[in-house]
Amino acid sequence: MLSTKFTKMTKEEVDRKWWEIGDFFRRNSLWMLMYCTGCCAIELPPAMTSAYDMERLGMGPMATPRQADVLLVTGYLSLKTLRRLIYTYEQMSEPKYVVGFGSCTINGGIYHDSHAVINQLDQYVPVDVYVAGCMPNTEAVMNGFVDLMDLIKSKKANGWKDYHKRYEWYLENQKAALGEVRVHDEFHE
Amino acid sequence: MITGILFGIGVAFFGFVLQTSIAGVNRKVVARVQKRYGPKWYQEFLDIFKLLSKRSVTHGWVFDFGVIMALGGIIGTAMFMPITQNLIAFPEYDNFFIFVYLIAVGMLGMAMSASGSGNPLASIGVMRALTTMLAYEVPFMIVVLTIIKLTGTSSLSEIAAFQQLAGNNWFFIALPLGGIVGLMSLMGMVGKKPFETHIAPAEIASGPMVEYGGKQLGMLFIMHEITVFIEVSLFVHLFLGGADNIIFFVIKYFAVYTTINIISSVYGRFKIDQVVLFFYKWPITMAIVQAFIAIYLGWVI
Repeated sequence: MLSTKFTKMTKEEVDRKWWEIGDFFRRNSLWMLMYCTGCCAIELPPAMTSAYDMERLGMGPMATPRQADVLLVTGYLSLKTLRRLIYTYEQMSEPKYVVGFGSCTINGGIYHDSHAVINQLDQYVPVDVYVAGCMPNTEAVMNGFVDLMDLIKSKKANGWKDYHKRYEWYLENQKAALGEVRVHDEFHE
Repeated sequence: MITGILFGIGVAFFGFVLQTSIAGVNRKVVARVQKRYGPKWYQEFLDIFKLLSKRSVTHGWVFDFGVIMALGGIIGTAMFMPITQNLIAFPEYDNFFIFVYLIAVGMLGMAMSASGSGNPLASIGVMRALTTMLAYEVPFMIVVLTIIKLTGTSSLSEIAAFQQLAGNNWFFIALPLGGIVGLMSLMGMVGKKPFETHIAPAEIASGPMVEYGGKQLGMLFIMHEITVFIEVSLFVHLFLGGADNIIFFVIKYFAVYTTINIISSVYGRFKIDQVVLFFYKWPITMAIVQAFIAIYLGWVI
């Protein structure tokens, strides 16, 4: 005869259960904010429309950073766009994830020796998934999204926690690239 | 009284579940129109619960209070909605004008909250929503007042019973021009494609919802689903003769919502002046002609 014993769960266990339930909803409904700076953005229309149909996974484009869960950085980032990217990333509501597209976000790609672009994205904002290639295939892009969902399931997509924990380090890198991160003049207010 | 209130909250919850499920199915329908596979049918539930599970920022107490006022006002409006002839929470109070007045509480709450965020795009969105409302209300009101004149009552369940008694002759068939006007006004109310001007994601970044994220956006999504439930149910009761039992209500509801979704999936978006000009040109002419025919000439099929 089987008997079920109910033991009272501790607060940590209860929190962990709730977090797992939340992770189920979060990974099945990822809303994207597309930061289309480079040429990798051309891989997103076939991924969204009838060829690959990203909406099967519950993903969809969103209009503003506040509503979005995933920030897609599609391509190279010049120093001017990096500042806007940091503003955008910090406006998103947590938990938030970042996907870097193409070799430009990994090591600079074909712009590795340019004075105007940054080379490694994850020195400035935490990146959860990279999709390699120049440009990545659309299958690779879809595979990257599925990888992100798996990472959320196995609790490894912790970039936003890392941004809290090592904010000093990120801020140092941002300052080294930009000089001042928050600029107050008539073009930035 | 207590049972009535509990019953009313049950009606609002039923509307939320019904509309959220049907909206998910309709995302699949629209996906098939566009030759895609489409999301799961319960995708809308996942979206709402995900939003409620996120952390969110606030922009001041007006911002938070407006969201609660919007959700509460809409739930309060939905409590009065009759589902069938017998399933009414407050049997004497299902007057058409109660919905017209009470639905404004929710809308004003959302407008107040959106203005409280301080984003200029939100103010533009609220302005456009009010202008669209001004456009579709006039032809819709003319048609509804015609119906009230014909039936002699403004109670929704009595209007529905009138249509069922007269040999099941729905006003959508008896007043064909008015039915078409009602359908167009419904698309304006629900905010479907040609009249989606106040949302316009690519133009003003989803309008009033521009600063919302996390829990507040989740509550606004719940509010939107219940608002759509109220508006589509109004159409079902006024034009399609209500329902005897709950199955017919769900079938009629699904038919109306799917129809406006399929129509909207092949349209682009109007500019705001085009919306106003459109509603003041064709639907208002058709509504006046319909009222003249039905009331003065007495030609009701």
